[in-house]
Amino acid sequence: MAYSQPHPRLSVLSTSSQSSTEHLSPTTTSTRFSLPSAPSIQSTLAKSSLPNRPNIYDRNLNKTRIVEVSASAYAFLFSELVQYTQSRVSGINDLERRLNTLGYRVGTRVLELMSWRAEASSKTPKREIRFLPALMSIHTQLWKAVFGKPADAIEKSVENADEYMIIDNDPPFERHISVPRDMSQLSCSSFTAGIVEAVLDGLGFPARVTAHNTPNSQYPTRTTILIKLEKSVLEREDLLKQ
Amino acid sequence: MAIFGLGQIINKAGGLVYQRNFAEGLAQLTSNEYLVLAGTLHGIHAITSRLSPVGSSSGAQVIEGETFKMTILLTITGTKFVLLTSLSETTVEAMLQKVYDIYGDAVMKNPFHTPEMPIRSERFDARITALIGTGS
Repeated sequence: MAYSQPHPRLSVLSTSSQSSTEHLSPTTTSTRFSLPSAPSIQSTLAKSSLPNRPNIYDRNLNKTRIVEVSASAYAFLFSELVQYTQSRVSGINDLERRLNTLGYRVGTRVLELMSWRAEASSKTPKREIRFLPALMSIHTQLWKAVFGKPADAIEKSVENADEYMIIDNDPPFERHISVPRDMSQLSCSSFTAGIVEAVLDGLGFPARVTAHNTPNSQYPTRTTILIKLEKSVLEREDLLKQ
Repeated sequence: MAIFGLGQIINKAGGLVYQRNFAEGLAQLTSNEYLVLAGTLHGIHAITSRLSPVGSSSGAQVIEGETFKMTILLTITGTKFVLLTSLSETTVEAMLQKVYDIYGDAVMKNPFHTPEMPIRSERFDARITALIGTGS
């Protein structure tokens, strides 16, 4: 069933009787059966599956602003994400670090989208350059964009000047997760910490962000996102304060 | 007044995945006997699904005795939820559906749970306690 092929020793560039285009296209060969030409099949398939509905990538970014995703669907996806990561790591710290990296990738995109939706329509788009307003915007806008509700508290650490904390009483990612007792230090909110880290990096405040479980009697799943700013940020803040 | 006794979840191979006693003071069986009970129920359920005189049917759903009744909910995936209650309880079916909901949430979405394996989840235990309480 081979179509007439050039003799293997025949160079493609040679000026033999078979032109190169002729032997490449299956439809112009002199075989007994005719092959349908490949390009037309692909175009009909693409057209028939999505006749009028736009691709998700072509939808208007502002119109999809209030669209919500099923929490259950996301819970299953996140569960698989954790299982996938768990089978490839050696310990709890590594697992948290990988979840953090995955969250980082989400966070860069969330920051872009958030800023675009908030400021693109105004004549004088603004950006926070001081740390505390940036932290406030993370606390309200970011949490609202990702989870649909603002975070529960912001705190500043008294011991270290470079530590701040965002507290969530019932993190949506962890709503269905029960960590086994031998891994009780693990916090799957490392994913959220990654998102916050990416947003801070994007806004110009490099920091190390981690998540810790701090249950109290009222909220057994209370989680604290600890933000440890880098020295350069503190120095810059001091300079700007004057 | 309804009293809940034993609750069990049996996986599709017949193995016991979760079991819990609700009311205090009921007869305590050894863990081996619970496993045997689960396996027997699985077998009975499979056999009774073939006994219908009018064609195909699901397996046994309610088994009644003099002072108790046992209700079995079979899910599409073959998992069975079993609950022993007193005869006067009327809302067992609804209760079992809610247990199934909680199972879907706290167990299936938990990345640390292997499907068809015994359930060791605090969140599941807490929610079942909140739902059924102490069983009386």
